[in-house]
Amino acid sequence: MIYQGIAGADGIGIGRVLVLKESSLDYSHVQFSGADEEKKRLQDAIAAFCVKTEALREKVQKDVGEKQAEILSGQIMMIQDPFMASQMQDFIDNGQCAEAALDAVCNMYIEMFSSVEDDLTNQRATDIRDLRTRLLKILLGEEDIDLRTVEPGTVLVAADFTPSMTAGIQKENIAGIVTQTGSKTSHSAILARALEIPAVMSVENACANLKNGETVIVDGGRGEVIAKAEPGVLEAYRAKQANELHEKQALRALVGKRTETFDGKVLAVYSNIGKPADAGAVLENDGEGVGLFRTEFLFMDRNACPTEEEQFAAYKQVAEKMQGKEVIIRTLDVGGDKEIAYLHMEKEENPFLGHRAIRYCLDTPEIFETQLRALLRASAYGKIKIMLPLVTTVSEVRRAKEILERLKAQLKQENIPFDENIPVGVMIETPSAAVIADLLAKEADFFSIGTNDLTQYTMAVDRGNSKVAPLYSPLNPSVLRLIRSTIAAANNAGISVGMCGEAASDPMMIPLLIAFGLAEFSVTPSAVLKTRKAISLWTVPEAQALTETVMQASDAESVKTILEEHLKK
Amino acid sequence: MVSEKLIVTNKMGFHMRPANVFVSAMTKYNSEVFIEFNGKEINGKSIMNIMAACIKCGSEIEIRCVGEDEADALKEAVELVNSGLGD
Repeated sequence: MIYQGIAGADGIGIGRVLVLKESSLDYSHVQFSGADEEKKRLQDAIAAFCVKTEALREKVQKDVGEKQAEILSGQIMMIQDPFMASQMQDFIDNGQCAEAALDAVCNMYIEMFSSVEDDLTNQRATDIRDLRTRLLKILLGEEDIDLRTVEPGTVLVAADFTPSMTAGIQKENIAGIVTQTGSKTSHSAILARALEIPAVMSVENACANLKNGETVIVDGGRGEVIAKAEPGVLEAYRAKQANELHEKQALRALVGKRTETFDGKVLAVYSNIGKPADAGAVLENDGEGVGLFRTEFLFMDRNACPTEEEQFAAYKQVAEKMQGKEVIIRTLDVGGDKEIAYLHMEKEENPFLGHRAIRYCLDTPEIFETQLRALLRASAYGKIKIMLPLVTTVSEVRRAKEILERLKAQLKQENIPFDENIPVGVMIETPSAAVIADLLAKEADFFSIGTNDLTQYTMAVDRGNSKVAPLYSPLNPSVLRLIRSTIAAANNAGISVGMCGEAASDPMMIPLLIAFGLAEFSVTPSAVLKTRKAISLWTVPEAQALTETVMQASDAESVKTILEEHLKK
Repeated sequence: MVSEKLIVTNKMGFHMRPANVFVSAMTKYNSEVFIEFNGKEINGKSIMNIMAACIKCGSEIEIRCVGEDEADALKEAVELVNSGLGD
């Protein structure tokens, strides 16, 4: 049985299925089993909740701090409120099951807490929501699966993976990843590529069709999941898996070699990372720098923002590990699909067009300044560059630089060392930024083109929506034009320009990027050597000639056809 | 029944931690404890209802205790609020 999906991360994975069910928290099937029994169920669930939450509280107190731990002890206090308990018992006495009683009373409080015009009180509504979800899970017997403890050789199957779900993944235990939604650029796919786990996205009904414990083949390159494979097929795939490993080893010959085109133009391949530990993979794969360090992961899976000290330690660690190679660190890019519960950001109708990234940071100085101070302090220990995400106007860059200058003065007064000439760059990921690249180049020390968001915003397409996903391609002439003009603006202004989106490692994009004059290709660590190899196949004139033809094509399809024809040769 | 009017002086008002301090102290009394605020009567042993009432710094409240140990309960309640509820 072959299930077709979208190729997410290359490689063959063979393993046993573990389906992670999105809990619906649907209790409509629960029968009322008498008031006494329901009260007992509720009581037991609350007791279990308190034990679990207390254990979590102790961990948080140790790892994060007293203040954050208090949020959890607060949840315990709240659920033990005798008045609230009597309200739930009233519902049970009226013939409602424990789940319905809990849900009704929690909803009442959520409404009360949200209707007050007071931030802190509104935040408590979030606590009650969280508490309700966790208690319903206990009542319905839906245990949380801890991804840290899955067995080796597991193929994870889920509707989709959220960043907080995947934070605990141990890559050596995961043979493959399959999702029901998403695309090549969704979080799950990016993560899978970073961890070098074969992945297939957008497999219809994967959670229902794939059964826990059955052996499946995940062909990440073809975007196929094969269940109930004949022994012969399984054998063939094992051979293919071995072959891939062999090819990977062949690429190792490029370690320590320069990145250059066939005719000797020297370029560079950097790496994108999400946490300090990834710097190891960059060095292992001979990345020439870090082109994008996403700092969101420092803020995830916790109950409060990381302190200046914690951030400083993380940035310093990467800077030192990279031994003087450039490390481009992007300031906090929250909002959009990256939610962080404790920031209590307002729900927005259009999060991708809303209060996110640099916009949120400029409006939230306590978070932004803490991060910038940590970055400045870490800049004394390596070659750090600061990159601002989702810039759309010149004034955003100016405002960020003003704050940075103020913090520099502060540090000077405190006699804390930092790099006085720390470069500040702009991530070009909105059409607005690309169109005014010449103006931004006057304020910015460097550019990095983020093709994922740039494509999404230029094409006005949600990359996670399979109905419109075909429109999502950087090969669209509009996107290619923006990339070309951005690179030209940077080169004219004499500032450096890189690309940290998925397109930088796409063999079809590489000749175009060489011709446009891109200097740094920043790719996931596992793709460094492949990208170096792909660059080495082209001469500049050859890439230019091909690009000239491509830039005259009228749509992404024809661009693709021209490139595919040429790559076959 | 005994009661006393007073002004909330701690900076945070009756938020999670202060409310927790208040409720923990009141739970040990057998008397019923009520807080009258903004024309509403709030159960003084329910952290949920106290927090939902959103009693801020500078608010006038009346604490009422009803029961056998009402005098002791009121005395401690007033002392707690006046001392800033551990803030």
